[in-house]
Amino acid sequence: MSNAKQVDPAKAAELFIIHDQVHEPMHDRFLWATMQRRDAEAAAIPEWEQLRELASKIKEHTLTHLDHYLEEFEANATKRGAHVHWALDAAEHNEIVHSILKDHGVEELIKSKSMLQEECQMTPFLERRGVTVIESDLGERIQQLDGQQPSHIVFPAIHKTRQDVARVFARTVGTDPNNDDPHFLTEVIRNNARPRFLAAGAGMTGGNFAIAETGTFMVCTNEGNADIGASVPPLHIASIGIEKLIPRVEDMGVFLRLLARSAEGSPLTQYSSHFTGPRKGGELHIVLVDNGRSHRLGMPDFWHSLKCIRCGACMNTCPVYRRSGGLAYGATYSGPIGVILDPTFDEFKYSELPFHSTLCGSCSDVCPVKIDISDQIFKWRRVMAKKGYLPLAKRLSFAVAGHVLGHPEEYHAIEKVAGPAMDYAPHFLLYDRSLNPWGRSRELPQIAKQTFRDWYLTNRSEHANVQI
Amino acid sequence: MQTFKSSREVILGAIRSKLPNQQVEHPGIPVFQRIDSPLKPEFEQHLQQAGGIAHDVRTVAEVEATLMTLHPGAKVVCSAVPEIAGTRRVEKVHDPHELADVDVGVVRAQFGIAETGAIWLTQEDLVVNALAVLSQHLIVLLDPEQIVPDMHEAYRRVRLDETAFGCFMMGPSATADVEATLVHGAQGARSLNIFFLPLA
Repeated sequence: MSNAKQVDPAKAAELFIIHDQVHEPMHDRFLWATMQRRDAEAAAIPEWEQLRELASKIKEHTLTHLDHYLEEFEANATKRGAHVHWALDAAEHNEIVHSILKDHGVEELIKSKSMLQEECQMTPFLERRGVTVIESDLGERIQQLDGQQPSHIVFPAIHKTRQDVARVFARTVGTDPNNDDPHFLTEVIRNNARPRFLAAGAGMTGGNFAIAETGTFMVCTNEGNADIGASVPPLHIASIGIEKLIPRVEDMGVFLRLLARSAEGSPLTQYSSHFTGPRKGGELHIVLVDNGRSHRLGMPDFWHSLKCIRCGACMNTCPVYRRSGGLAYGATYSGPIGVILDPTFDEFKYSELPFHSTLCGSCSDVCPVKIDISDQIFKWRRVMAKKGYLPLAKRLSFAVAGHVLGHPEEYHAIEKVAGPAMDYAPHFLLYDRSLNPWGRSRELPQIAKQTFRDWYLTNRSEHANVQI
Repeated sequence: MQTFKSSREVILGAIRSKLPNQQVEHPGIPVFQRIDSPLKPEFEQHLQQAGGIAHDVRTVAEVEATLMTLHPGAKVVCSAVPEIAGTRRVEKVHDPHELADVDVGVVRAQFGIAETGAIWLTQEDLVVNALAVLSQHLIVLLDPEQIVPDMHEAYRRVRLDETAFGCFMMGPSATADVEATLVHGAQGARSLNIFFLPLA
């Protein structure tokens, strides 16, 4: 248990929702449209479900032979001239990166998007040591200039309007605050980044997959920014989580067919780049990072979360995520995948996250590697309850509910009284804005005149002796 | 006496002690049945969806003429193909920074993929990898006979053990990071034109 304060996602989500009438509906609409594109792409591939099953099994195979594949990857990457480093945790990852930069006298670094580097909080670490770190992905750059974490693992600034972005650039780059055309805003960062790519002493990337058979790692982007960072500066450093391994080149076909379709509803990202050893005239360092992953591998209920390929489909489909915004989760990983990953880093700090879900199960249905996300969310609730991390209000109401639901006669008695009572209960008590946050942008459904039990006993009398 | 264990040993040791009890077999990759339709139109359709444009040409002269029409203001045309001379030969480039001023890069792709409209470019095709992403615009030559049906076939064809860099490039650079609005030319090439021209 850490000393960190518990994250309160419900409260943060509330601020996102009541902030204005623009951000939350826009966020919901964009991500739902992305989900619909994903659905259309998935439906167009007859073997889609078979691909999901294959991807799931290949990942399970790799994870249950992970030591073997890591050694194979290391041997092959080394043979091709890459320097392979191993980092136990975030601190060691950051130290390794810093020492490589120091050895090469690098003062300016240009990087592409890496959730692992976010997880390690690498940028502030390096900046404290005098290294300038520039994000080159547009969404990440917007978030960096605004001093915020990415709110989505694929669309880092999806919670911002174009006006928000124009204001951030006006403040930080000096552009016209009234020009909020996305073409203009994209061009601003293109022109801002080019000289930095050319001046940088090193380029950093993450890695979407690492192929044991050849010692290759691959990076997917739409902008081509990872490729500029890897091909222009003389030094390329890649941070790769140990769970990113896959056995063979042939396996990649399955994963690339699933990844971008699940992430954004397109057949591939614009660039799917494969790095095997250093480029001609360049130097390549690979940092393999554990940071809690081997520990997670030993958790029978939760190790399947290591199959994640970071597509974000679970976020786009999640009714809670779409309305909360990613920043509400107060963690590196948000949305359903964040709910099951974040507590493995800090159970107490993220103990509220598993309750920030309706358990509707849509995340599990769309996951391209078939992680049982919603089941894991439920299991994390049990962990939090056992550890005594539930807030008092939840503990009390769960205790009452547990007793009543465990005693049918009490339940029926309450059911009879509670229905009619709703007619008389003052509306402010049920849906008051300060007493019940759920009611703030929702209306209560009509309560049926008859309970389901009474209806069943009247209309299905042949089963009337059944205890329900 | 304390013995020093490297992080490598600690991580591999931790993994070995935590490996799930059940060892899962690799499922093997089956061959997927595919509707027997011509590959070139499918490639062109997906390329267009990705923001690229395909051109049917018969001669090198036609490529050159179209190149001039597409990029009339181009001052630096850096070529990696023997068919097009360009104003600069990429073989003469020693440092990728020299490519910062390239208006149009010209390369040949080994093959295309019908399922996605992507092409496969390697370090050997590009000579200097940065040509693929520093060029403001890209012209790609592709033999129309060299189109494979899907990504499975594509991965059977690539030789990752023989090249330090290989990229499936699907159209020009793009982003949708501002209000999910699609914009081409985020960091890499602003446009991608593919010319169907067999190897001479």
